[in-house]
Amino acid sequence: MANAALSTPGIPMQPRGLEKKQTWLERLRKGDEVVHLITLSGAWSIIVITGLLVQHLWVYSAIARHTFGWRFLFTSTWDPVNGLFGAWPFVYGTIVTSILALVIAIPIGLGTAIFLAELAPRKISDALTFLVELLAAVPSVIYGLVGIFLLIPILTTAMPYFQKVFGWLPIFSGTFYGVSYFSAAVILAIMVVPFIVSISREVLLAVPVSQREAMMALGATKWDVTWRAVVPYARQGIMGSIFLALARALGETMAVTMVIGNVAQVSTSLLAPGYTIAAVIANEFTEATGDLYLHALIELGLVLFAVTMIINALARLLMLTMRGHEVTG
Amino acid sequence: MIVSRSSSNSPSYPPRSRKIINYIMLSLTGLCTLLVVSVLLTILVYLLWNGVHALNLNFFTKLPAPVGQSGGGVSNAIIGTLKLLALASAIGVPIGLLGGIYLSEFAGGWSAFTVRYTTDLLNGVPSVVMGIFVYTLVVLPMHHFSTLAGGIALGIMMIPIALRSTEDFLRAVPRSLREGGLALGASKSETIFTIVIPAAIYGIITGIMLDVARVAGETAPLLFTAFGNQFNSPGWLQPTASLPVVIYNYAISPYDEWHQQAWAAGFVLLSGLLVVSIIARLILARGKKLSHG
Amino acid sequence: MIRRLLTLAVLTTASAFAQQISLTGAGSTFAYPLYSSWASQYHTLHPNVEVNYQSIGSGGGIRQLIAGTVDFGATDGPMTDKELAEAQQKRGTAILHFPTALGADVPSYNIPGVSAELKFTPAALAGIYLGHITKWNDPEIQKANPGIKLPAANIVVIHRSDGSGTTYCWVDYLSKVSPDWKNKVGVGTSVNWPVGLGGKGNEGVSGLIRRIPNSIGYIELIYSIQNHILYGEVENSSGKFIKADLNTVTFAAAGASKTMPADFRVSITNPASAQAYPISTYTWLLIPEKMSDKTKGAALKAFLHWGLTDGQKYAAPLAYAPLPNVVVQRELQQMKKLQY
Repeated sequence: MANAALSTPGIPMQPRGLEKKQTWLERLRKGDEVVHLITLSGAWSIIVITGLLVQHLWVYSAIARHTFGWRFLFTSTWDPVNGLFGAWPFVYGTIVTSILALVIAIPIGLGTAIFLAELAPRKISDALTFLVELLAAVPSVIYGLVGIFLLIPILTTAMPYFQKVFGWLPIFSGTFYGVSYFSAAVILAIMVVPFIVSISREVLLAVPVSQREAMMALGATKWDVTWRAVVPYARQGIMGSIFLALARALGETMAVTMVIGNVAQVSTSLLAPGYTIAAVIANEFTEATGDLYLHALIELGLVLFAVTMIINALARLLMLTMRGHEVTG
Repeated sequence: MIVSRSSSNSPSYPPRSRKIINYIMLSLTGLCTLLVVSVLLTILVYLLWNGVHALNLNFFTKLPAPVGQSGGGVSNAIIGTLKLLALASAIGVPIGLLGGIYLSEFAGGWSAFTVRYTTDLLNGVPSVVMGIFVYTLVVLPMHHFSTLAGGIALGIMMIPIALRSTEDFLRAVPRSLREGGLALGASKSETIFTIVIPAAIYGIITGIMLDVARVAGETAPLLFTAFGNQFNSPGWLQPTASLPVVIYNYAISPYDEWHQQAWAAGFVLLSGLLVVSIIARLILARGKKLSHG
Repeated sequence: MIRRLLTLAVLTTASAFAQQISLTGAGSTFAYPLYSSWASQYHTLHPNVEVNYQSIGSGGGIRQLIAGTVDFGATDGPMTDKELAEAQQKRGTAILHFPTALGADVPSYNIPGVSAELKFTPAALAGIYLGHITKWNDPEIQKANPGIKLPAANIVVIHRSDGSGTTYCWVDYLSKVSPDWKNKVGVGTSVNWPVGLGGKGNEGVSGLIRRIPNSIGYIELIYSIQNHILYGEVENSSGKFIKADLNTVTFAAAGASKTMPADFRVSITNPASAQAYPISTYTWLLIPEKMSDKTKGAALKAFLHWGLTDGQKYAAPLAYAPLPNVVVQRELQQMKKLQY
């Protein structure tokens, strides 16, 4: 683990040889240690905050955890009147919408980033990037409204034709009401694209010219150069942006609530209405009467937190293996 | 080497199929860009189209009017949002900057790993959960919804991106610059503050701006922290209105006047971010010119 | 003695300087338009008092009141004994219910080709929401609407996704008319729905009804009117089909006001009166009996008094039925219990 962090590529390695010759006191006198400690305190306050957050989620979900145990995750009944709470429909909906959103957002986001970084003249690229970054600042409640009043009517009109072709697939079967996993995923995709674009563009721009020149000299096309030399060089930053997007998609609340249909059921069809963890918290937290109900909702928050933790672990693992290839290859 | 040079000189390289793929893929990337940018324009036009009737002087200067009465504005929400963002920045930016500098310049081993991993976790915390957290952390003990609570919620949400973008831009500073500083006999901290940070400052500011823009539109964490207020909120310890919450409340109401105000408020919020960003960029460009001149 | 005099002096000076009094309340989304209108009117009359009311939902209002983060709450479904006991234990004060206005849940629908006003029997509504009745031309619906050609389309059932007083009123009614509902689903601000799609808030449900053909949902009367959605008549306990409006809702209240319990916690769904609309409800302000801040308390009391008397005239234009006079008089009696 420690090795993984140490060998994170891109870290401009300090000339450690120089440092080692100084004693701690010397560094203190030069202010290095002071700066070190101050920045360290800033960094560690994040751990304190996150620790507090986990502690609060843990303490405030105690009743639900003790009542249901692991059943909480894998049962599908959500019945506030009789005090039965099972989170599976929400977990399922969260996973399905987030992954589908990434499937849509990655090609579009990456394509845009490549255009902005490699093809567009710098001034136009800057202006367009600015617009894309603004897209990230559009409040999610507005995305929800645009989703309801603009996107869903469009999808509803287009869906019969789409289903004529693909309706035989279980994932595109059934009646389409407008509100669905699919609608939520499209809105999520729009919301996360800016994250992929702005970060990917930065890393693509940071790729050294030499990387391009080498292949250019071989007479490769612009696309070849981009796809074979530039993108692979920047892939870690790109992966980073994708995982940032995933984290955002998993936790997105307002917009999803407005277009997913809010039905606590599990459906194979992507066109069926569903529910996500964040949406159910937003819908029911204010009105949760009774401690068990409240604790069940906060346990959902805990679950979401745990899912994020797992995603992050996977991301690190993935980057680790990629790095391994780089070194050996 | 010789082989490749000769093949690059031959007229058949790159082959036609590669050229076609080249054009197709490059046009596709352009199409993607068009799609993404047109989404923003659609949203802006849509907001303006629906909210234009409510955009007048009263909208910016008056307090909200009750249902059934025309006029009224969202001045309290505009002031509330500015106060919340100021407080959030005061909390989120310093911690993010310090953490970013630490990760890029000092950290190694398990400490770096833990900080980086925790930051990712914090970034993944859904905004509504952040609302719950700050509610239990600040609101319940103080027995008050407040600007303070809302600012803390937004501030914590700002930390991860401020930190990661700072770290990324600092790391992008070439090693040669740092070595140059150290070789001239500067201490590590002197190198950081006089060479590395100035070299990355534009990127860092861009990152923070994006960050502020992101939290400016957050609704969920404010619902149980800043709450809402029909009036101006005095000081920092009273509930306050904010633009996103006003948009949300008005949007789900059944009244056309409120719908229009919601659209208008959405348009104002977005335009505000646009103007602030442009001004920031102008200052940046000026700074660049000065440093070159 | 001297201390008491000093305290008195400090208090008087404080109140003389306490120009601005800010009261925070939260709860019912249904009553939000009324309370925000009251707050604004009251502020013009008494510029030093700001009543900040936020619509976070009835359950939320009760929660926040118990937690002590707001000065008063508001709800469309009365607090349970358990909640009252919790408030007593956590805040050390009783909570009093003050009815402020009346409203109705209406069954609203969107059936392509049907522009007539449908009639619903209790059995039809319960059957639809239990999932037993799945087609619009089901005999149970058709027999009450002999002249109307109903399609053989599947019914799309819509309900609230958030907990709400609107839901409480609706399922309270269904429980009274359908033993099946009472046993299988029960009563609450949110329940485990046997069928249907969920929409957030009355607006969300209204929007879903408008967009989805062959759908039915329950919304507050005002939302049907404002959004131009058709809503049906409902058969009451006397076998008469009644359309919800200010009059028929007031009848429901008048019937119940004779048997109104001392604490005003009363359900007026499915009342005995022949002219009454059967799915109506009071909406309540929740006021703590004791408050530590006497200045705030006095301001809250004055505001409440104004709302129950002068404020009633703002109800009807916003599609709320004003309170019966008997109820107002009894509430003014109850106000004497407030210890500030």
